[in-house]
Amino acid sequence: MLVNEDDLQRIFSEWTSILRKCLFRVIRVGPIPSHLAIIMDGNPRYAKKKKLEEGTGHDAGAMALLYLLVYCYELGIKYVTAYAFSIHNFKRSREEVKKIMDLMMESVILLTRLSKFCSLRVHFAGNLQLLSTELRNAAKKLMENTAGNSNLVLTICVSYTCSDEILHAVEESSRERTDGAVVKLADIEKHMYMAVAPDPDIIIRTGGECRLSNFLLWQSSCCHLSSVYTVWPEFGVLHLVWVVMDFQHKYPYFARKKMKQFVSVP
Amino acid sequence: MLSLRVAIPAANTLIPTKTKPKPGLVVQTGWNQTDLFSSLPKRYDYKLQAATTGLTDGRASVEDKEVELPAGLSRELMPKHVAVIMDGNGRWARQRGLPTSAGHEAGVKSLREMVELCCQWGIQVLTVFAFSSENWIRPKVEVNFLLSLFERALESEMESFQRSGIRISVIGDSSKLPASLLSLINKVEETTKNNTRLQLIVAVSYSGKYDVVQACRSIVERAKDGQIQLADIDEGLIEQELETNCTEYPYPDLLIRTSGELRVSNFLLWQLAYTELFFTQELWPDFGKEEFVEALSSYQQRQRRFGGRHS
Repeated sequence: MLVNEDDLQRIFSEWTSILRKCLFRVIRVGPIPSHLAIIMDGNPRYAKKKKLEEGTGHDAGAMALLYLLVYCYELGIKYVTAYAFSIHNFKRSREEVKKIMDLMMESVILLTRLSKFCSLRVHFAGNLQLLSTELRNAAKKLMENTAGNSNLVLTICVSYTCSDEILHAVEESSRERTDGAVVKLADIEKHMYMAVAPDPDIIIRTGGECRLSNFLLWQSSCCHLSSVYTVWPEFGVLHLVWVVMDFQHKYPYFARKKMKQFVSVP
Repeated sequence: MLSLRVAIPAANTLIPTKTKPKPGLVVQTGWNQTDLFSSLPKRYDYKLQAATTGLTDGRASVEDKEVELPAGLSRELMPKHVAVIMDGNGRWARQRGLPTSAGHEAGVKSLREMVELCCQWGIQVLTVFAFSSENWIRPKVEVNFLLSLFERALESEMESFQRSGIRISVIGDSSKLPASLLSLINKVEETTKNNTRLQLIVAVSYSGKYDVVQACRSIVERAKDGQIQLADIDEGLIEQELETNCTEYPYPDLLIRTSGELRVSNFLLWQLAYTELFFTQELWPDFGKEEFVEALSSYQQRQRRFGGRHS
């Protein structure tokens, strides 16, 4: 089992949580992003560095995501999107893909339990038809069970690429607009897998690489990009605080941008 | 703004620290590229060719082969397509107490230098973000100046492009551009369409979202006319309808943004899927050969996996 009930309790009740909450109180004096997106890169490098068994890097990565959820909940970030598995990741070795799919299944069970601690809504974005029936059904069930929750919205991008997302939206718009009416920007946006959440305020990529890897290309048009050298399993409170402060430094530009009227794209 | 100092090893790697490229830099190419790229999406097939065969497609002229690259750069690892967001002209002018127009003119000089370097170093396509669809809300005086600057630059450089073998393409929503500029663009595109040394794509009144929306509209029209079925719609079809279909290499390998801002600003959204991003603090008029070498050096050191895993 990835994590047990005691671990979950500990996250909320240890003395470190008091220190953390104090730190977050200070950070909350400034603007807090409402949507944080993460490209969780670096799990295998972490496993190699710690001389762990191959594949356990992803377990550590899942734990790190769980901790991040708690931090975001405490900090007041409403939407968290995590890039768990790309469509192009299917071309990795069969063992690795199986390992990640098994981990995804465990995570679904874990998230069901976590959603009871805080009103957590879980959404899976991506081409779920490419997943196994068992995982797809479990994911859909979790989405239905948590659809009414609203304190924190976690979107897990699995079997996802933004190209596929746009393609899917274009197909749906074509199906809808056979009456001859002109396709508008709003038509495409409403069919996106990511329509549950607003555009991200920050996209963080761990592992030191500087690329989007087909993640939220459409939604990233005006969002702050942050590339952190730390590998994903080592991403902790202080890294999150640093990224949020970096965002706060740039916030005046984004606030001005939101005030102005964009040139409407017909 | 809070100025809490914490010692975390979490440097934002998007803004590189100032280091000169080491002479004789060894670039990692240890993994088996054929295995890695064997099941890539079709659009990246040309990258496999470029990575394994180098610049032997006949495009590079004798002059290019004789030009030595700066120390630390490898010709085999040169990006085929470089995209640039030319940010910082206004700030550059304000820093010097000059009007914004002076900043834009200095920006044009910087662009000229970059075009020449791309020609010499074997880069096939250079896309520049000259004017965004969101820039229309700037003061009218500035907008009119920018459009007239673009018109003057096109007119004065047309012959030089022809001589240098540079092909010009302009992408973006042309409906808002003045008629004189439109006809000049058509003329320049027509005159330079057979040039092959470098393709300079200028994005004017461009928005990445607009590009995808207009591609979608074309596809819906074609589906309505019965030219295609809904089941035929795939990524390849969308690529064909995007404005970057004017080039053989529509996907930038490297995107450079100047002036330290860490965002993409609605530029080439679809096309940036696996593009390496490089952000620099330099303002665009100050971006010269040294900074370009730094960007290319950073690009050449990166390991591009396209979703796969290398051993």
